[in-house]
Amino acid sequence: MAYSDKVLDHFNNPRNVGSLDKNDPTVGTGIVGAPECGDVMKLQIKVGDDGRIVDAKFKTFGCGSAIASSSLATEWLKGRNVDDATQLRNTDIASELSLPPVKIHCSVLAEDAVKAAIQDWKRKNAAAGGGGCGPVQVGVSAAGGAGAARDGKDK
Amino acid sequence: MPVAVKTPIYMDNNATTPLDPRVLEAMMPYLTEKFGNAASRSHIFGWKAEEAVENARRQVAEVIGADAKDIVWTSGATESDNLAIKGIAEMYAEQGNHIITAATEHKAVLDTCHYLQSRGCPVTVLPVDEFGLVSAAQVAAAMTDKTVLVSIMAANNEIGTIHPVAEIGKLCKERGVLFHSDATQAFGKIPLSVEAMGIDLMSISGHKIYGPKGVGALYVRRKSPRVRLTGQMHGGGHERGMRSGTLNVPGIVGLGAAAEIAQRGMTEESGRISALRDRLHAGITAKTDHVRLNGHPTRRLPNTLNLSFAYVEGESLMMKFKDLAVSSGSACTSASLEPSYVLRALGVPDDLAHSSIRFSLGRFNTAEEIDLAIERVNAAVAELRQLSPLYELAQEGVSLKDVQWKK
Repeated sequence: MAYSDKVLDHFNNPRNVGSLDKNDPTVGTGIVGAPECGDVMKLQIKVGDDGRIVDAKFKTFGCGSAIASSSLATEWLKGRNVDDATQLRNTDIASELSLPPVKIHCSVLAEDAVKAAIQDWKRKNAAAGGGGCGPVQVGVSAAGGAGAARDGKDK
Repeated sequence: MPVAVKTPIYMDNNATTPLDPRVLEAMMPYLTEKFGNAASRSHIFGWKAEEAVENARRQVAEVIGADAKDIVWTSGATESDNLAIKGIAEMYAEQGNHIITAATEHKAVLDTCHYLQSRGCPVTVLPVDEFGLVSAAQVAAAMTDKTVLVSIMAANNEIGTIHPVAEIGKLCKERGVLFHSDATQAFGKIPLSVEAMGIDLMSISGHKIYGPKGVGALYVRRKSPRVRLTGQMHGGGHERGMRSGTLNVPGIVGLGAAAEIAQRGMTEESGRISALRDRLHAGITAKTDHVRLNGHPTRRLPNTLNLSFAYVEGESLMMKFKDLAVSSGSACTSASLEPSYVLRALGVPDDLAHSSIRFSLGRFNTAEEIDLAIERVNAAVAELRQLSPLYELAQEGVSLKDVQWKK
Protein backbone atom coordinates (compact mmCIF):
# COMPACT_ATOMS: atom_id res chain seq x y z
CA MET A 1 0.00 0.00 0.00
CA ALA A 2 1.42 3.37 -0.94
CA TYR A 3 1.12 6.19 1.57
CA SER A 4 0.57 9.83 0.67
CA ASP A 5 3.48 12.22 1.15
CA LYS A 6 1.59 13.92 3.97
CA VAL A 7 1.08 10.66 5.87
CA LEU A 8 4.77 9.87 5.45
CA ASP A 9 5.76 13.35 6.61
CA HIS A 10 3.66 13.14 9.78
CA PHE A 11 4.79 9.57 10.40
CA ASN A 12 8.48 10.30 9.97
CA ASN A 13 8.35 13.67 11.74
CA PRO A 14 5.43 13.40 14.14
CA ARG A 15 4.38 16.73 15.63
CA ASN A 16 3.67 17.19 19.32
CA VAL A 17 4.57 13.76 20.63
CA GLY A 18 4.46 13.51 24.39
CA SER A 19 2.32 13.79 27.45
CA LEU A 20 0.89 16.59 29.55
CA ASP A 21 0.13 16.24 33.26
CA LYS A 22 -3.25 14.53 33.26
CA ASN A 23 -3.98 15.84 36.77
CA ASP A 24 -3.53 19.46 35.72
CA PRO A 25 -7.04 21.08 35.73
CA THR A 26 -6.24 22.98 32.53
CA VAL A 27 -5.42 19.71 30.72
CA GLY A 28 -8.00 17.51 28.99
CA THR A 29 -7.10 13.92 28.16
CA GLY A 30 -8.79 11.63 25.67
CA ILE A 31 -7.85 7.97 25.24
CA VAL A 32 -9.77 6.12 22.55
CA GLY A 33 -9.50 2.79 20.79
CA ALA A 34 -8.34 -0.55 22.16
CA PRO A 35 -5.14 -2.58 21.90
CA GLU A 36 -6.96 -5.63 20.54
CA CYS A 37 -8.31 -3.50 17.69
CA GLY A 38 -4.80 -2.41 16.82
CA ASP A 39 -5.39 1.31 17.51
CA VAL A 40 -5.12 3.37 20.68
CA MET A 41 -4.81 7.16 20.65
CA LYS A 42 -4.07 9.36 23.60
CA LEU A 43 -4.60 13.04 22.83
CA GLN A 44 -4.22 15.85 25.35
CA ILE A 45 -4.97 19.56 25.23
CA LYS A 46 -3.94 22.34 27.57
CA VAL A 47 -6.39 25.24 27.62
CA GLY A 48 -5.49 28.78 28.58
CA ASP A 49 -7.58 31.26 30.57
CA ASP A 50 -8.98 32.72 27.37
CA GLY A 51 -10.33 29.34 26.21
CA ARG A 52 -7.59 28.87 23.63
CA ILE A 53 -5.71 25.63 23.28
CA VAL A 54 -2.13 26.56 24.16
CA ASP A 55 -0.66 23.10 23.79
CA ALA A 56 -1.60 19.70 22.41
CA LYS A 57 0.22 16.38 22.68
CA PHE A 58 -0.40 12.85 21.48
CA LYS A 59 0.80 9.28 21.70
CA THR A 60 -0.57 6.65 19.36
CA PHE A 61 -0.38 2.87 19.08
CA GLY A 62 -1.46 2.07 15.56
CA CYS A 63 -0.60 2.05 11.91
CA GLY A 64 1.12 4.87 10.08
CA SER A 65 -2.17 6.52 9.14
CA ALA A 66 -3.33 6.50 12.76
CA ILE A 67 -0.10 8.13 13.88
CA ALA A 68 -0.33 10.72 11.08
CA SER A 69 -4.00 11.46 11.86
CA SER A 70 -3.32 12.18 15.50
CA SER A 71 -0.20 14.19 14.71
CA LEU A 72 -2.17 16.34 12.26
CA ALA A 73 -4.99 16.77 14.80
CA THR A 74 -2.64 18.17 17.43
CA GLU A 75 -1.23 20.58 14.87
CA TRP A 76 -4.71 21.88 14.03
CA LEU A 77 -5.77 22.16 17.67
CA LYS A 78 -2.99 24.44 18.83
CA GLY A 79 -4.10 28.06 18.99
CA ARG A 80 -7.75 27.27 18.39
CA ASN A 81 -10.55 28.19 20.72
CA VAL A 82 -11.76 25.06 22.46
CA ASP A 83 -15.27 25.53 21.01
CA ASP A 84 -13.91 25.80 17.47
CA ALA A 85 -11.95 22.65 18.12
CA THR A 86 -15.16 20.67 18.54
CA GLN A 87 -15.87 21.47 14.89
CA LEU A 88 -12.91 19.32 13.77
CA ARG A 89 -14.23 16.53 11.53
CA ASN A 90 -12.61 13.27 10.56
CA THR A 91 -13.33 14.05 6.91
CA ASP A 92 -11.02 17.07 7.16
CA ILE A 93 -8.22 14.83 8.40
CA ALA A 94 -8.94 12.14 5.83
CA SER A 95 -8.88 14.56 2.92
CA GLU A 96 -5.80 16.45 4.15
CA LEU A 97 -3.88 13.15 4.44
CA SER A 98 -5.52 11.57 1.35
CA LEU A 99 -6.40 8.47 3.37
CA PRO A 100 -7.66 5.48 1.38
CA PRO A 101 -11.10 4.06 2.35
CA VAL A 102 -9.54 1.25 4.44
CA LYS A 103 -7.81 3.89 6.63
CA ILE A 104 -10.78 6.23 7.19
CA HIS A 105 -11.28 4.69 10.64
CA CYS A 106 -7.93 6.23 11.66
CA SER A 107 -9.33 9.72 11.07
CA VAL A 108 -12.53 8.78 12.91
CA LEU A 109 -10.46 7.72 15.88
CA ALA A 110 -8.56 11.03 15.81
CA GLU A 111 -11.85 12.95 15.85
CA ASP A 112 -13.02 10.83 18.78
CA ALA A 113 -9.77 11.49 20.63
CA VAL A 114 -10.14 15.26 20.17
CA LYS A 115 -13.74 15.15 21.39
CA ALA A 116 -12.81 13.00 24.37
CA ALA A 117 -10.00 15.37 25.36
CA ILE A 118 -12.28 18.42 25.12
CA GLN A 119 -15.00 16.63 27.08
CA ASP A 120 -12.50 15.71 29.79
CA TRP A 121 -11.30 19.30 30.05
CA LYS A 122 -14.88 20.62 30.21
CA ARG A 123 -15.79 18.10 32.88
CA LYS A 124 -12.80 18.94 35.01
CA ASN A 125 -13.63 22.61 34.86
CA ALA A 126 -17.30 22.06 35.57
CA ALA A 127 -16.40 19.87 38.55
CA ALA A 128 -14.05 22.56 39.81
CA GLY A 129 -17.13 24.77 40.35
CA GLY A 130 -16.54 26.94 37.34
CA GLY A 131 -13.82 28.89 39.07
CA GLY A 132 -11.08 30.32 36.87
CA CYS A 133 -11.78 28.28 33.82
CA GLY A 134 -12.19 31.03 31.30
CA PRO A 135 -15.13 31.84 29.10
CA VAL A 136 -16.25 28.29 28.58
CA GLN A 137 -18.51 27.30 31.43
CA VAL A 138 -20.04 23.88 31.52
CA GLY A 139 -22.39 23.67 34.44
CA VAL A 140 -23.61 20.10 34.27
CA SER A 141 -22.60 18.58 37.53
CA ALA A 142 -24.18 15.17 36.80
CA ALA A 143 -21.95 14.85 33.77
CA GLY A 144 -19.05 15.78 35.99
CA GLY A 145 -19.76 12.86 38.29
CA ALA A 146 -20.10 10.35 35.49
CA GLY A 147 -17.05 11.79 33.87
CA ALA A 148 -14.97 11.37 36.99
CA ALA A 149 -15.82 7.69 37.09
CA ARG A 150 -14.96 7.28 33.42
CA ASP A 151 -11.81 9.26 33.90
CA GLY A 152 -10.75 6.68 36.43
CA LYS A 153 -11.12 3.85 33.95
CA ASP A 154 -8.87 5.52 31.46
CA LYS A 155 -5.88 5.61 33.67
CA MET B 1 34.82 -1.43 8.15
CA PRO B 2 31.21 -2.47 7.70
CA VAL B 3 30.33 -4.07 4.40
CA ALA B 4 27.94 -1.99 2.33
CA VAL B 5 24.59 -3.76 2.31
CA LYS B 6 22.26 -3.27 -0.59
CA THR B 7 18.76 -2.24 0.47
CA PRO B 8 15.91 -3.03 0.49
CA ILE B 9 16.66 -6.36 2.14
CA TYR B 10 14.31 -9.17 1.23
CA MET B 11 13.21 -11.22 4.25
CA ASP B 12 9.81 -12.43 3.06
CA ASN B 13 10.80 -15.75 1.54
CA ASN B 14 7.71 -17.56 2.86
CA ALA B 15 5.67 -15.27 0.60
CA THR B 16 7.81 -15.95 -2.43
CA THR B 17 11.44 -16.37 -3.43
CA PRO B 18 13.50 -14.99 -6.28
CA LEU B 19 14.34 -17.37 -9.09
CA ASP B 20 17.70 -19.06 -8.55
CA PRO B 21 19.92 -18.15 -11.54
CA ARG B 22 20.59 -21.88 -12.09
CA VAL B 23 16.85 -22.45 -12.35
CA LEU B 24 16.45 -19.68 -14.90
CA GLU B 25 19.28 -21.17 -16.91
CA ALA B 26 17.57 -24.55 -16.96
CA MET B 27 14.29 -22.97 -18.05
CA MET B 28 15.54 -20.69 -20.81
CA PRO B 29 15.74 -23.23 -23.69
CA TYR B 30 12.15 -24.28 -22.96
CA LEU B 31 10.95 -20.70 -23.35
CA THR B 32 12.66 -20.36 -26.72
CA GLU B 33 13.85 -23.10 -29.08
CA LYS B 34 12.50 -26.10 -27.13
CA PHE B 35 8.96 -24.80 -27.12
CA GLY B 36 7.14 -28.03 -27.95
CA ASN B 37 3.91 -29.31 -26.42
CA ALA B 38 4.71 -32.26 -24.17
CA ALA B 39 1.55 -33.95 -25.45
CA SER B 40 2.68 -33.83 -29.09
CA ARG B 41 3.61 -37.43 -29.83
CA SER B 42 4.32 -37.01 -33.53
CA HIS B 43 7.56 -35.01 -33.69
CA ILE B 44 10.83 -34.17 -31.98
CA PHE B 45 9.53 -30.89 -30.50
CA GLY B 46 6.98 -32.78 -28.46
CA TRP B 47 9.41 -35.55 -27.53
CA LYS B 48 11.97 -33.07 -26.21
CA ALA B 49 9.35 -31.33 -24.10
CA GLU B 50 8.07 -34.63 -22.76
CA GLU B 51 11.58 -35.75 -21.88
CA ALA B 52 12.15 -32.53 -19.92
CA VAL B 53 8.84 -32.93 -18.09
CA GLU B 54 9.62 -36.54 -17.12
CA ASN B 55 13.06 -35.51 -15.90
CA ALA B 56 11.49 -32.83 -13.70
CA ARG B 57 9.03 -35.41 -12.37
CA ARG B 58 11.97 -37.51 -11.18
CA GLN B 59 13.67 -34.47 -9.65
CA VAL B 60 10.57 -33.55 -7.63
CA ALA B 61 9.78 -37.15 -6.65
CA GLU B 62 13.28 -37.70 -5.29
CA VAL B 63 12.93 -34.91 -2.73
CA ILE B 64 10.06 -36.77 -1.05
CA GLY B 65 11.12 -40.36 -1.72
CA ALA B 66 8.32 -40.93 -4.21
CA ASP B 67 8.08 -42.56 -7.61
CA ALA B 68 8.16 -40.13 -10.53
CA LYS B 69 4.83 -41.48 -11.76
CA ASP B 70 3.18 -40.26 -8.54
CA ILE B 71 3.70 -36.60 -9.43
CA VAL B 72 0.86 -34.59 -11.02
CA TRP B 73 1.69 -31.13 -12.33
CA THR B 74 -0.51 -28.20 -11.34
CA SER B 75 -0.43 -24.41 -11.44
CA GLY B 76 0.68 -24.13 -7.81
CA ALA B 77 -0.04 -25.29 -4.28
CA THR B 78 -3.48 -23.68 -4.15
CA GLU B 79 -4.57 -25.79 -7.09
CA SER B 80 -2.87 -28.85 -5.58
CA ASP B 81 -4.79 -28.36 -2.32
CA ASN B 82 -8.07 -27.91 -4.18
CA LEU B 83 -7.46 -30.93 -6.37
CA ALA B 84 -6.47 -33.15 -3.46
CA ILE B 85 -9.33 -32.24 -1.15
CA LYS B 86 -12.19 -31.84 -3.63
CA GLY B 87 -10.91 -34.70 -5.75
CA ILE B 88 -10.85 -37.11 -2.80
CA ALA B 89 -14.17 -35.93 -1.38
CA GLU B 90 -15.81 -36.50 -4.73
CA MET B 91 -14.13 -39.82 -5.55
CA TYR B 92 -14.74 -41.42 -2.16
CA ALA B 93 -18.18 -39.90 -1.49
CA GLU B 94 -19.77 -43.35 -1.16
CA GLN B 95 -17.35 -44.42 1.59
CA GLY B 96 -17.70 -41.30 3.69
CA ASN B 97 -17.55 -37.55 3.61
CA HIS B 98 -15.96 -36.40 6.86
CA ILE B 99 -12.76 -34.34 6.58
CA ILE B 100 -10.36 -33.43 9.41
CA THR B 101 -8.08 -30.42 9.19
CA ALA B 102 -6.52 -27.82 11.53
CA ALA B 103 -7.17 -24.18 12.37
CA THR B 104 -3.78 -22.93 11.16
CA GLU B 105 -3.92 -24.44 7.67
CA HIS B 106 -3.48 -22.19 4.66
CA LYS B 107 -6.68 -20.66 3.28
CA ALA B 108 -6.31 -22.87 0.20
CA VAL B 109 -7.06 -25.83 2.48
CA LEU B 110 -9.48 -24.16 4.90
CA ASP B 111 -11.60 -22.46 2.27
CA THR B 112 -11.72 -25.63 0.18
CA CYS B 113 -12.93 -27.53 3.26
CA HIS B 114 -15.50 -24.82 4.00
CA TYR B 115 -16.71 -25.07 0.43
CA LEU B 116 -17.20 -28.82 0.83
CA GLN B 117 -18.91 -28.22 4.16
CA SER B 118 -21.40 -25.97 2.38
CA ARG B 119 -22.05 -28.95 0.06
CA GLY B 120 -22.86 -31.24 2.96
CA CYS B 121 -19.48 -32.70 4.00
CA PRO B 122 -18.93 -32.50 7.77
CA VAL B 123 -15.55 -30.88 8.49
CA THR B 124 -13.65 -30.96 11.78
CA VAL B 125 -11.19 -28.08 12.23
CA LEU B 126 -8.84 -29.08 15.05
CA PRO B 127 -7.56 -26.42 17.43
CA VAL B 128 -3.79 -26.09 17.90
CA ASP B 129 -1.75 -25.64 21.07
CA GLU B 130 0.12 -22.47 22.04
CA PHE B 131 2.98 -23.42 19.67
CA GLY B 132 0.67 -24.11 16.76
CA LEU B 133 0.86 -27.92 16.98
CA VAL B 134 -1.83 -30.51 16.44
CA SER B 135 -1.26 -34.00 17.82
CA ALA B 136 -2.01 -37.41 16.37
CA ALA B 137 -4.18 -38.02 19.44
CA GLN B 138 -6.36 -35.06 18.49
CA VAL B 139 -6.74 -36.44 15.00
CA ALA B 140 -7.57 -39.90 16.37
CA ALA B 141 -10.23 -38.49 18.66
CA ALA B 142 -11.86 -36.62 15.79
CA MET B 143 -12.07 -39.64 13.46
CA THR B 144 -15.42 -41.25 12.73
CA ASP B 145 -16.34 -44.18 10.50
CA LYS B 146 -17.25 -41.55 7.89
CA THR B 147 -13.80 -39.91 7.85
CA VAL B 148 -12.23 -40.09 4.38
CA LEU B 149 -9.47 -37.51 4.52
CA VAL B 150 -7.13 -35.85 7.00
CA SER B 151 -5.40 -32.70 5.73
CA ILE B 152 -2.61 -31.37 7.96
CA MET B 153 0.19 -29.18 6.65
CA ALA B 154 3.84 -30.19 7.05
CA ALA B 155 4.92 -26.74 8.26
CA ASN B 156 3.05 -23.50 8.78
CA ASN B 157 3.73 -20.48 6.58
CA GLU B 158 3.30 -17.78 9.24
CA ILE B 159 5.05 -19.27 12.24
CA GLY B 160 7.03 -22.17 10.75
CA THR B 161 5.75 -24.77 13.22
CA ILE B 162 6.38 -28.32 11.97
CA HIS B 163 3.53 -30.74 12.64
CA PRO B 164 4.07 -34.38 13.75
CA VAL B 165 3.25 -35.53 10.25
CA ALA B 166 4.78 -39.01 10.61
CA GLU B 167 2.63 -39.79 13.66
CA ILE B 168 -0.51 -38.52 11.95
CA GLY B 169 0.35 -40.52 8.83
CA LYS B 170 0.83 -43.70 10.85
CA LEU B 171 -2.54 -43.19 12.51
CA CYS B 172 -4.24 -42.62 9.14
CA LYS B 173 -2.72 -45.85 7.78
CA GLU B 174 -4.02 -47.79 10.78
CA ARG B 175 -7.50 -46.37 10.34
CA GLY B 176 -7.57 -46.62 6.55
CA VAL B 177 -8.06 -42.89 6.12
CA LEU B 178 -6.28 -40.93 3.38
CA PHE B 179 -3.74 -38.34 4.48
CA HIS B 180 -3.04 -35.12 2.57
CA SER B 181 -0.27 -32.76 3.63
CA ASP B 182 0.28 -29.26 2.26
CA ALA B 183 4.08 -29.13 2.11
CA THR B 184 4.34 -25.79 0.34
CA GLN B 185 6.67 -24.36 2.99
CA ALA B 186 8.40 -27.58 4.05
CA PHE B 187 9.26 -29.04 0.63
CA GLY B 188 12.96 -28.58 -0.06
CA LYS B 189 13.61 -27.06 3.36
CA ILE B 190 13.30 -30.05 5.69
CA PRO B 191 13.56 -33.80 4.98
CA LEU B 192 10.26 -35.29 3.85
CA SER B 193 9.46 -38.88 2.97
CA VAL B 194 6.03 -39.93 1.79
CA GLU B 195 6.82 -43.53 2.83
CA ALA B 196 8.18 -42.84 6.30
CA MET B 197 5.47 -40.24 6.93
CA GLY B 198 2.55 -42.20 5.51
CA ILE B 199 1.52 -39.37 3.23
CA ASP B 200 -0.95 -40.18 0.44
CA LEU B 201 -1.20 -36.74 -1.14
CA MET B 202 1.22 -33.83 -0.89
CA SER B 203 0.97 -30.26 -2.24
CA ILE B 204 4.14 -28.68 -3.61
CA SER B 205 4.86 -25.20 -4.96
CA GLY B 206 7.62 -23.91 -7.25
CA HIS B 207 8.04 -20.29 -6.20
CA LYS B 208 8.73 -20.99 -2.51
CA ILE B 209 11.93 -22.85 -3.41
CA TYR B 210 13.54 -20.41 -5.87
CA GLY B 211 11.54 -21.82 -8.77
CA PRO B 212 9.04 -19.98 -10.95
CA LYS B 213 5.54 -18.85 -9.97
CA GLY B 214 2.54 -20.51 -11.57
CA VAL B 215 3.76 -24.09 -11.25
CA GLY B 216 3.26 -26.69 -8.55
CA ALA B 217 2.71 -30.38 -8.08
CA LEU B 218 0.51 -32.82 -6.26
CA TYR B 219 1.95 -36.11 -5.13
CA VAL B 220 -0.72 -38.81 -5.47
CA ARG B 221 0.18 -42.25 -4.08
CA ARG B 222 -0.26 -45.06 -6.60
CA LYS B 223 0.57 -48.06 -4.40
CA SER B 224 -0.64 -49.25 -0.98
CA PRO B 225 -3.11 -47.77 -1.22
CA ARG B 226 -3.77 -46.73 -4.80
CA VAL B 227 -5.27 -43.27 -4.36
CA ARG B 228 -7.80 -42.16 -6.93
CA LEU B 229 -9.23 -38.71 -7.27
CA THR B 230 -11.74 -36.93 -9.45
CA GLY B 231 -10.13 -34.39 -11.74
CA GLN B 232 -11.31 -30.84 -11.23
CA MET B 233 -10.06 -29.54 -14.59
CA HIS B 234 -11.63 -31.30 -17.54
CA GLY B 235 -10.19 -31.46 -21.02
CA GLY B 236 -7.51 -33.42 -22.81
CA GLY B 237 -6.98 -35.96 -20.04
CA HIS B 238 -3.40 -34.98 -19.23
CA GLU B 239 -1.69 -36.20 -16.05
CA ARG B 240 -3.50 -39.54 -15.93
CA GLY B 241 -6.81 -37.69 -16.22
CA MET B 242 -6.29 -35.92 -12.91
CA ARG B 243 -5.40 -32.55 -14.38
CA SER B 244 -6.13 -31.58 -17.95
CA GLY B 245 -4.38 -28.72 -19.65
CA THR B 246 -1.24 -28.28 -21.72
CA LEU B 247 1.75 -28.66 -19.45
CA ASN B 248 3.69 -25.53 -18.50
CA VAL B 249 6.96 -27.02 -19.71
CA PRO B 250 9.37 -24.18 -18.79
CA GLY B 251 7.71 -23.85 -15.40
CA ILE B 252 7.90 -27.59 -14.76
CA VAL B 253 11.56 -27.67 -15.81
CA GLY B 254 12.14 -24.79 -13.38
CA LEU B 255 10.35 -26.56 -10.51
CA GLY B 256 12.37 -29.70 -11.20
CA ALA B 257 15.67 -27.82 -11.22
CA ALA B 258 14.73 -25.90 -8.07
CA ALA B 259 13.78 -29.14 -6.31
CA GLU B 260 17.08 -30.79 -7.19
CA ILE B 261 19.11 -27.79 -6.01
CA ALA B 262 17.13 -27.66 -2.76
CA GLN B 263 17.57 -31.37 -2.18
CA ARG B 264 21.30 -31.35 -2.86
CA GLY B 265 22.02 -28.39 -0.57
CA MET B 266 19.40 -28.97 2.11
CA THR B 267 21.65 -29.88 5.03
CA GLU B 268 24.13 -27.08 4.41
CA GLU B 269 21.46 -24.51 3.64
CA SER B 270 19.17 -25.24 6.57
CA GLY B 271 22.16 -25.05 8.92
CA ARG B 272 23.32 -21.76 7.46
CA ILE B 273 19.88 -20.16 7.36
CA SER B 274 18.86 -21.27 10.85
CA ALA B 275 22.13 -19.78 12.17
CA LEU B 276 21.25 -16.47 10.50
CA ARG B 277 17.72 -16.67 11.87
CA ASP B 278 18.98 -17.31 15.39
CA ARG B 279 21.47 -14.46 15.04
CA LEU B 280 18.58 -12.16 14.07
CA HIS B 281 16.49 -13.31 17.03
CA ALA B 282 19.35 -12.96 19.51
CA GLY B 283 20.38 -9.56 18.15
CA ILE B 284 16.87 -8.22 18.54
CA THR B 285 16.21 -9.56 22.03
CA ALA B 286 19.64 -8.39 23.25
CA LYS B 287 18.49 -4.77 22.81
CA THR B 288 14.72 -4.91 22.88
CA ASP B 289 12.56 -6.28 25.69
CA HIS B 290 8.93 -7.46 25.62
CA VAL B 291 9.48 -9.53 22.47
CA ARG B 292 7.49 -12.73 22.11
CA LEU B 293 8.33 -15.62 19.79
CA ASN B 294 5.24 -16.90 17.98
CA GLY B 295 5.41 -20.57 17.03
CA HIS B 296 7.41 -23.49 18.32
CA PRO B 297 10.88 -22.73 19.72
CA THR B 298 12.49 -25.83 18.15
CA ARG B 299 10.00 -27.66 15.92
CA ARG B 300 10.20 -24.87 13.39
CA LEU B 301 11.29 -24.26 9.80
CA PRO B 302 14.93 -23.15 9.76
CA ASN B 303 14.13 -19.84 8.06
CA THR B 304 11.10 -18.55 9.95
CA LEU B 305 11.04 -16.07 12.83
CA ASN B 306 7.70 -14.62 13.88
CA LEU B 307 7.98 -12.06 16.69
CA SER B 308 5.51 -9.82 18.48
CA PHE B 309 6.83 -6.48 19.67
CA ALA B 310 4.54 -5.50 22.52
CA TYR B 311 3.09 -1.96 22.57
CA VAL B 312 3.84 -1.18 18.90
CA GLU B 313 1.75 -2.00 15.87
CA GLY B 314 3.09 -4.12 13.02
CA GLU B 315 2.30 -1.95 10.04
CA SER B 316 3.86 1.13 11.61
CA LEU B 317 6.96 -0.95 12.38
CA MET B 318 7.21 -1.97 8.76
CA MET B 319 6.88 1.69 7.75
CA LYS B 320 9.76 2.55 10.09
CA PHE B 321 12.16 -0.10 8.86
CA LYS B 322 11.07 0.45 5.30
CA ASP B 323 14.24 -1.01 3.80
CA LEU B 324 13.35 -4.43 5.25
CA ALA B 325 10.80 -6.42 3.28
CA VAL B 326 8.92 -8.50 5.87
CA SER B 327 5.27 -9.17 6.63
CA SER B 328 2.95 -8.72 9.59
CA GLY B 329 -0.06 -10.43 11.14
CA SER B 330 -1.47 -7.01 11.85
CA ALA B 331 -4.96 -6.31 10.55
CA CYS B 332 -3.71 -3.08 9.05
CA THR B 333 -1.89 -5.03 6.36
CA SER B 334 -4.98 -6.90 5.27
CA ALA B 335 -8.32 -5.83 3.92
CA SER B 336 -10.19 -7.77 6.60
CA LEU B 337 -9.32 -5.58 9.64
CA GLU B 338 -8.87 -8.85 11.58
CA PRO B 339 -5.42 -9.83 12.79
CA SER B 340 -3.83 -13.11 11.70
CA TYR B 341 -6.13 -16.11 12.20
CA VAL B 342 -3.05 -18.28 12.68
CA LEU B 343 -1.78 -16.26 15.65
CA ARG B 344 -5.33 -16.17 17.04
CA ALA B 345 -5.50 -19.96 16.82
CA LEU B 346 -2.36 -20.16 18.99
CA GLY B 347 -4.11 -18.00 21.57
CA VAL B 348 -1.87 -14.99 20.91
CA PRO B 349 -3.84 -12.01 22.26
CA ASP B 350 -5.10 -9.70 19.53
CA ASP B 351 -2.92 -6.79 20.60
CA LEU B 352 0.19 -8.97 20.21
CA ALA B 353 -1.10 -10.31 16.90
CA HIS B 354 -1.29 -6.70 15.70
CA SER B 355 2.31 -6.30 16.86
CA SER B 356 3.69 -9.28 14.96
CA ILE B 357 6.36 -9.33 12.29
CA ARG B 358 7.32 -12.39 10.25
CA PHE B 359 10.92 -12.57 9.11
CA SER B 360 11.37 -15.41 6.63
CA LEU B 361 14.96 -15.75 5.49
CA GLY B 362 16.24 -17.35 2.35
CA ARG B 363 19.13 -18.65 0.32
CA PHE B 364 20.41 -15.20 -0.58
CA ASN B 365 20.43 -13.50 2.83
CA THR B 366 23.83 -12.64 4.31
CA ALA B 367 25.15 -12.07 7.83
CA GLU B 368 25.67 -8.38 6.97
CA GLU B 369 22.00 -8.09 6.06
CA ILE B 370 21.03 -9.71 9.35
CA ASP B 371 23.15 -7.24 11.29
CA LEU B 372 21.63 -4.28 9.50
CA ALA B 373 18.15 -5.71 10.09
CA ILE B 374 18.87 -6.06 13.82
CA GLU B 375 19.90 -2.41 13.96
CA ARG B 376 16.84 -1.25 12.02
CA VAL B 377 14.38 -3.31 14.06
CA ASN B 378 15.76 -2.25 17.43
CA ALA B 379 15.77 1.43 16.42
CA ALA B 380 12.22 1.26 15.02
CA VAL B 381 10.77 -0.46 18.09
CA ALA B 382 12.46 2.03 20.43
CA GLU B 383 11.23 4.98 18.40
CA LEU B 384 7.65 3.76 18.15
CA ARG B 385 7.49 2.85 21.83
CA GLN B 386 8.27 6.47 22.60
CA LEU B 387 5.12 7.22 20.62
CA SER B 388 3.03 4.49 22.23
CA PRO B 389 0.46 5.27 24.91
CA LEU B 390 0.46 1.56 25.77
CA TYR B 391 4.18 1.55 26.45
CA GLU B 392 3.71 4.62 28.63
CA LEU B 393 0.98 2.88 30.63
CA ALA B 394 3.12 -0.24 30.99
CA GLN B 395 6.04 1.86 32.20
CA GLU B 396 3.73 3.37 34.80
CA GLY B 397 2.99 -0.15 35.97
CA VAL B 398 -0.54 -0.31 34.59
CA SER B 399 -1.60 -3.72 33.31
CA LEU B 400 -3.27 -3.23 29.95
CA LYS B 401 -5.68 -6.04 30.79
CA ASP B 402 -7.07 -4.02 33.69
CA VAL B 403 -7.93 -1.04 31.52
CA GLN B 404 -11.47 -0.78 30.19
CA TRP B 405 -11.00 0.50 26.69
CA LYS B 406 -13.52 2.68 24.90
CA LYS B 407 -13.78 0.91 21.56
